[in-house]
Amino acid sequence: MIPTVLSAQNWQTHQGEFIALWTDATKAYALYNNGLFTTNLTDGTYPALSPDHPGAAWFEKLSTDLNGHKPDGITHKSTAIEHFIAPNGTTPWPDMPPALGEGVHQMAVGPIHAGIIEPGHFRFSIIGEKVLKLEARLGYSHKGTLALMRGKSPRNAARFAARISGDATVAHSLAFAHATEAALEITPPPRAIQLRAVMAELERMANHTSDIGAIAGDAGFAFLDARFAWHRESLCAAASAAFGHRLMMDMVIPGGIAADIKTPGPDVILGAISALDAELPSLTRVFEDYASLQDRLIGTGHISAHLANRYAAGGFVARAAGRKVDARSNPGYAPYDVLELSVPMETEGDVAARVRIRLAELGESARIIRTLLSSLQDGAIAIAPPSGSGMGIGVAESFRGPAWHWINIESGQITDIFIADPSTLHWPLVEHAACTSIIADFPLINKSINASYSGVDL
Amino acid sequence: MVWMTLAQHLLSKPRPPRRASQATAAALAERFTNLSAVKLGRSLAIRHVAIGSCNGCELELRATQNMIHDLTQYGLSFTPSPRHADILLITGVAARNMAEALRQARAATPDPVFTIAVGDCAVDGGVFKGSPAITGGADSILPIDLMISGCPPTPSQIIEGLLSLIEAHAG
Ligand code: SF4
Repeated sequence: MIPTVLSAQNWQTHQGEFIALWTDATKAYALYNNGLFTTNLTDGTYPALSPDHPGAAWFEKLSTDLNGHKPDGITHKSTAIEHFIAPNGTTPWPDMPPALGEGVHQMAVGPIHAGIIEPGHFRFSIIGEKVLKLEARLGYSHKGTLALMRGKSPRNAARFAARISGDATVAHSLAFAHATEAALEITPPPRAIQLRAVMAELERMANHTSDIGAIAGDAGFAFLDARFAWHRESLCAAASAAFGHRLMMDMVIPGGIAADIKTPGPDVILGAISALDAELPSLTRVFEDYASLQDRLIGTGHISAHLANRYAAGGFVARAAGRKVDARSNPGYAPYDVLELSVPMETEGDVAARVRIRLAELGESARIIRTLLSSLQDGAIAIAPPSGSGMGIGVAESFRGPAWHWINIESGQITDIFIADPSTLHWPLVEHAACTSIIADFPLINKSINASYSGVDL
Repeated sequence: MVWMTLAQHLLSKPRPPRRASQATAAALAERFTNLSAVKLGRSLAIRHVAIGSCNGCELELRATQNMIHDLTQYGLSFTPSPRHADILLITGVAARNMAEALRQARAATPDPVFTIAVGDCAVDGGVFKGSPAITGGADSILPIDLMISGCPPTPSQIIEGLLSLIEAHAG
């Protein structure tokens, strides 16, 4: 893929839906829904895109903290990763301005959270229990992943792509493989393409079940949480029986997949999804029938269609707000082109709508898995990537939205790479959604969007 | 549905009980006698701290609480506050931005406390070993009593590791 070179001015005025921004040693790149564009850096700076595209702000901070490049004309000052650490190793409390007004107080949460989750700092401005403002500070899990991938062959770097965000390990491995395959102009064997989709849909189902249950659990419905967690467990056990790893980590590699599906695997997978199919109607009815549960979910954490479009949201966050996008059908990739994917849509944009989308997607993923397992083609499962050169963009629809990977390969080695997890565009939406409700609803809102910390911290 | 489940349970064989690894338990027991720590009971509260994970370890840690793995049956439970904790359970590499938070969590945990590193990342940095963005595994910030490796370790492996700790401690 050859990016279109733009002058600084055209770079700033380009119209389109903004997806991601990053820099390499000499250029800044911007990915829109209508193409990949680039402009030269001058003295390490480039014209900022965030004044027109608010979703670009986090990417601009990343370009500063990861590569030392400065966006020109920004209005945001905070950092993505390089927070201040004093020479004695202590990190002073971040100074975040509260919302203005009488009786407003601040509440600080994190970086260590109450539950079993990743670290991040949230600063709420509250009046009574109403949230007026939320500012999230991330970067606590920064591991230097992109730097570790440079200088390695795509096959050796795949294990880092698999650990960008563990809950979306299959999707990120797939996007990385797609980028590599685009750069080197290779196509994996049909059997590998089919099995990749089986894994990707299994991963989607495992995440949807556990998140739907956790949302109900937060609203006091421990029974739903227990049942959905049980299904998530059977799906992981099935993944382990079929592919040898509960999260299917390191299974998707550039050129194909690392190992074929094991013998009892398909049956165990079909058993797990049938068990879910059988119980899903009665579990869904609990969501619909209990007024106290509906009361917590309806109207909570509202994200308007306007906001979703403005930030080019993806996944169930977009589809719950009337934005019909899905990377599996647009831009699309094999094998979904022959699967007649049905993409559910809702327009309310609240927690309840996001739950309904995810419930609907469970059925669709189950259907895809059944179709694929009953039509598996024989043949090889991988081809070795040649030691060529090229630039490529790859995408895969993770359970939370599209993961984009950009890669530049020279003589078989990665010279540069950037990875945009959908969470980079979703975190600002978490900040917006929090302000539509009371503080006690924040756990529900946060879980209903489930943005990844590691995926943004890199 | 209920009858089918009941029938399945009557027909199926019980699963073998989980046991602690004797070798790990013995090694830990020796460590504890040298520690001369005040004895805690068998029922321990765990405070989990992620200091730079990919979130894979958290998924499996959460799975230890589901009804299949049922961590609570062994007297172990998670607590949101370090002040109530007997165990600090750490996942992820030692990311620079988290060092201070982990030190503060340790300072807020009453003695005696056991520290456990769960997952290859926390054990020694895992695949991220050598990255200039991190200082290594969890032991680059705090001394660690028990390491449970795996990327991520399965819920069973995590529980077996925790059981060795209880066994060594109570024994
Ligand atoms: S050990 Fe593996 S699963 Fe756990 S945090 Fe590290 S990379 Fe993720």
